[in-house]
Formats: sequence, structure tokens, C-alpha cells
Amino acid sequence: MTPSRDGFARRLIACLDVRAGRVVKGVKFEGLRDAGDPAALAARYDAEGIDELVVLDVTATIEDRLALSRTVAAVAANIFIPLAVGGGIRSVDDAARVIDAGADKVGVNTAALADAALISGIAARFGSQAVVVAIDARRDNGGYAVCSHAGRTPAGREAVAWAREAESRGAGEILLTSIDADGTLQGFDCALTAAVSDAVGIPVIASGGAGSAAHFVEVFTTGRADAALAATIFHDDTCRVRAVKDTLRRHGLPVRL
Amino acid sequence: MIALIDYGAGNLASVRKALRACGAEVFEPAGADGLVLASAIVLPGVGHFGATAALDNAWRSAIRAHIEAGMPFLGICLGMQWLFEGSDEAPGTPGLGCLPGQVVRLPDRTETGDRLKVPHAGWNTARAATGPGHEQGIPGLVDGAYYYFTHAYAAPVTSAAAAITEYGVPFASAVRRANICGVQFHPEKSGTAGLAVLRAFIEGARS
Repeated sequence: MTPSRDGFARRLIACLDVRAGRVVKGVKFEGLRDAGDPAALAARYDAEGIDELVVLDVTATIEDRLALSRTVAAVAANIFIPLAVGGGIRSVDDAARVIDAGADKVGVNTAALADAALISGIAARFGSQAVVVAIDARRDNGGYAVCSHAGRTPAGREAVAWAREAESRGAGEILLTSIDADGTLQGFDCALTAAVSDAVGIPVIASGGAGSAAHFVEVFTTGRADAALAATIFHDDTCRVRAVKDTLRRHGLPVRL
Repeated sequence: MIALIDYGAGNLASVRKALRACGAEVFEPAGADGLVLASAIVLPGVGHFGATAALDNAWRSAIRAHIEAGMPFLGICLGMQWLFEGSDEAPGTPGLGCLPGQVVRLPDRTETGDRLKVPHAGWNTARAATGPGHEQGIPGLVDGAYYYFTHAYAAPVTSAAAAITEYGVPFASAVRRANICGVQFHPEKSGTAGLAVLRAFIEGARS
């Protein structure tokens, strides 16, 4: 028996960007349009073999988000796969609310940039496996600058350094979004993904830019991602989950079928 | 009725939801005395082994007595690890010790030097451990099926191993000894494959 990780699947994650109880999708974080009911979409992706779901409250840092718990509960009611929830999580109590509503993991972004102790606070109460640090980064002078507030505000940090700090403070996973690639359907930013994935010992979820099954192969090989997340191509039926998994398997990448 | 033990370590709501979806009646005893109403025990858990310290002597002796009396028991993730003598994650916190062995940290390199991400977070296959030395399997567990894992520490492969998963090293992804079952993966988060394990446990507890 050769010790290996050959049975370990590359994960496909569908992201439901939610605003006021509806799934929306925009390009480069702007121009939101309606993409359906969160619970119905979640059930569909589960039936199609998605490995995990993310519900992201895309307006949470600037608008009322009382509806989020209801949306999370509705999504969680009939699915039995991991569910991560992010958007506007500012405190351990905020994290507790979405976990109580049915989330397995919480994503933190803007509030963790303002006070990184939030990461260790949530990890201490719920375990590191429950903390996903979401990093939105854009290309900047040959490096990658982290942005907060849904990609709008430069955070004054470099992506690789911030990922390392997040890990040291107890993050269980990094959700890494390329602002440049997001919504373009032109492929993941594999250089960004590889730079962060190589720098940390925790799983990195690549996000932003998926436009074809081939893009997933790239991000799992060149990008060295542990998981890959998409929204638009799944919502629009450009690419079915099963078709992406078949392509990955043909390239020798293990997937859960 | 299945007693779902709440000791403040995470995934209680998910496990409750999944057990009910599989047709079980579930209650959460307020204290160890409440176990007298149970026909089976499920001990969930996710996170740090130190959290099992909340299972104080009253819980420990009640759970041990019910297990010894033959009550079906299912430990999930931390709940499975707790069956062993202890974990390197929390050296000062003893496990229940009804299975020999110590839970240890997963390696961050494969034998060939490739880097491994720890925690082991995601879907991996479980191979049923059969043959001499491995007494019984886990009902409902399908050899080679994918289950969802999220853990940094893992139990050793001993004669109690009912399934083995590899992540750098082989570890026990399920254990079985008589009426004691344990799974390192999360059946409540493993889709239909996971629900099948819960359903079989519930059926077994009824018969």
C-alpha cells in the first residue's frame, strides 16, 4: 500500500451570491442581476453532484442582512453537504447566528482585515474547520493587493502575506477570489492561486473567472488549488457540474462521482 | 429514541437534521441521567479534542455503562476519536478508552515528500477493512464510496478499523467493536452515501 492522497477528490463548489433573499450575479463585483431562488438552486446543485455550497451575502457590509439567517436555514433544510456562509460576519456572535441557522463554516473578509483577532475568535469557539478567510485580490504592480468591502476598497495588504497571517491565526481554509477574473469567464488567475496555495498549509479554494471545464483543470494543475468555486457558469447552465467532473477525471484528477 | 449528546462541540444541528431526515426520533438529554430513555447514543463533534473535556465523569460513566450493556453507539468525528485513549491534540484530556490507541496529527508531507494540506478537508474514499483481525464492518458503508472529512488528527489503523482512508498515511476512517461504531467522516455532510450510514445505524438500533 503506497501512502498517497490518490482517493482525495478535488472539490467543486457552487457559490450563491445572495441579495435580499435572491441569488444574483454580476461582473467584476458590479451590475448584479437575478439568478434564482437560493434553496432551489442549492437543491439542484446537490442533485447534480456539487461537493459544497457557499452562500455569500453580497450586500451584507452595506445593507441590512436580517434576511440572511432565513436564507441559510432554507438552503440548509434539504441538503446534506458542507455549507459555508459569508458576507458581513463582523463578530463571533454573527458567526454563531449563521452556524445556528445551518452553516458548517463561516467566511470572514472585511471584518477580519480590520481586526484579525476575529479569525482566532471564531476558531476558538467553533474550530478552525469552521473558519474560511475570504481574500479578494487584484493584480497590482506585479503582486496582488487585497481589497475589502466586496472588492471596492484597497486594504493595504498583500495577498500572500495576508493568507499566511490568516493561517497563523487559525483559518481552516482560504477562499481566494481574483477580482480581475471574477465574472469574465476567461479562466481562473492561476498565478495568484498557485502563489497563495504554495504559501500556506491549509486548503485554498480558487474563485473568479471559471468559464469552461478546461479552466478547472488549469486551476487544479497549474494553480495548485485544493477546490474551485464558480457561480455564473453553473447558474447559466454553461457548464454542468457533472461535465466538469468528467473532464477533471479524464485529466487524472480524482473527483467524487 | 436516539440520544444525541450535546457537549458544545459543533455540528449538533446538522446531525439532528440528518438523523430526523433518516426517520429517527432524536432527543438531547440535559444530563447523563437522561440516557436511560435512549435506545441508542450518537456522539457528534467537530473541532478541538479538548472540547471533549465537557464530557465529565457523569457522562463518561453513564456512556460506558450503556455501551457495556449493549446499547448501539455511534461516534462522529471527535465523537469517534473520543473512543480511543486520547489525542495528541489535547494530551491532558483522556478519551473514553474503550478502543486501544492514540489519535495523532496527520502528516504535512507524503512519504515521497509532496506537501499535504492539513486539515484534511474534503471528500475522500473509505475502503472497507476486512479479513483477519477486522471483526465487523459499518452497516451502510459502501466500500470505495466518497465521504466528507474535516480533521487534522486521525485514529490509528488497529483491529477496530472498519474502514481505512489514506491521506499521506492510512488512518481509521471508521471503527467498529461489537455495538460501538465510529466514523471519522461526517455522515451528516456526505450526501446520500452518508445518509445511508445513518439510516443503517438507526435501523440497527430498532432491531
